[in-house]
Amino acid sequence: MIATARRVLWQIRRDRRTIALLLGVPVGLLALLRYVFDSRLFIFQDVGAPMCGLFPFILMFLITSIAMLRERTSGTLERLMSLPISKPALLGGYAIAFGVLAAVQAAIVCTVGFTLLGLNADHGAWLVGVLAIGNALLGMALGLFASAFARTEFQAVQFMPAVVFPQLLLCGLFAPRGAMARPLQDVAYAFPLTYAFDALRRATNPGPLGGTVVLDVAVVIGATIAALGLGAATLRRRTP
Amino acid sequence: MTATIEIDHLHVVRGNRTVIEDLSLDVVPGRVTGLLGPSGCGKSTLMRAIVGVQVVAGGSVRILGRDAGTPSLRHEIGYLTQVPSVYGDLTVTENLRYFAAVTGSPEERVGEVLAQVALQDAAGQIVHSLSGGQRTRVSLATTLLNRPTVLVLDEPTVGLDPILRADLWQSFRELTDGGATLLVSSHSMEEASECDDLLLMRDGAILAATTPDELRERTGENDLSRAFLAIIRGSEA
Repeated sequence: MIATARRVLWQIRRDRRTIALLLGVPVGLLALLRYVFDSRLFIFQDVGAPMCGLFPFILMFLITSIAMLRERTSGTLERLMSLPISKPALLGGYAIAFGVLAAVQAAIVCTVGFTLLGLNADHGAWLVGVLAIGNALLGMALGLFASAFARTEFQAVQFMPAVVFPQLLLCGLFAPRGAMARPLQDVAYAFPLTYAFDALRRATNPGPLGGTVVLDVAVVIGATIAALGLGAATLRRRTP
Repeated sequence: MTATIEIDHLHVVRGNRTVIEDLSLDVVPGRVTGLLGPSGCGKSTLMRAIVGVQVVAGGSVRILGRDAGTPSLRHEIGYLTQVPSVYGDLTVTENLRYFAAVTGSPEERVGEVLAQVALQDAAGQIVHSLSGGQRTRVSLATTLLNRPTVLVLDEPTVGLDPILRADLWQSFRELTDGGATLLVSSHSMEEASECDDLLLMRDGAILAATTPDELRERTGENDLSRAFLAIIRGSEA
């Protein structure tokens, strides 16, 4: 497992531009948002604070689906499946490597957001960071699963808007769920990102955290494990 | 002596095309068996079935007395895919270190297999920057790491210059001297004379299981390419 994590990090380390984009883009977008809402900073607080914890979800989804697709199409996955490596060890390796990346990304975006850009996290920026890593792993798990349905990198990229955007729109980030059409409110509860967002909102808003935050986190962890399980099922030792 | 690889009535369908139909063969231990036939005749599919990564429709494939795909076999079979399956964005050494960890091979094997495929000078290079033949050798080196007893090599010598090719055949010979069993595919009959045993394949079937000498004798042709042609003509007649 550690060997795979080390290998994935070796691969990314060499790709300086990806690292720069991975670490720089969220910060840049957050700063952009800050000045878009320059005269209405309360909106920046409402949207920007939870967003710090959602960036890693989006980016890890994308990176994992492409990385796994490459592994499938380059023949390395077939090769690995003929070797004594277990699927959990392979997936665990990816989870560790991307978890490390997500932690770095979350640390940077939270530091900038909650200090330089003046966002508030009433229960601590560190909590947002921790939630962000959990969300990154959820994104990774969904990306892994999605990659099984993509044959080309073009398709894999399109899964981002298909899988991530609906969840972002319905989670309550851009409009409160209570203001949405009734059926959408119900649909939102079927999406794991809704729970991820709720946890982040509770962590960044004043008032007690409450027990529901534990429930939210549990749902995110459960969804991650379920998606990893589904993803593992798509890694076949034998292929047609 | 029991065969290392025993295939009985193997049937493989890919998509809606029957790629291998009712194929049976034995591969004898401690020898280099050449699997020869034109591109698209089913060599790679047959090799995938032996390694246990191919969904098969029927028949049995047994290696070292165990069904293909049995987890314990993953420690004992080395499989070289036709397209080099190594990470293009890692260096040669990084690739080998990763596969060494996955196969549980000690780190010092990395240097040894590099020497075996004559790639010491390229150790620090990114695989992307290597030539096709070098990439094949990196891929081959990864299969040698855990000293497998059975090596299934899909076109290992394609695109190599004659000297390197001779060197590789030399190292294959050393592997069998060490007790390994090799199944090596090629679409070029030039390689046939290097093998101990020959399996001539066409359209998903084995036309002949023979040896280079026997093939020459049987067809009266000294040139093995022409001998193969004679076998094909004979099977069609």
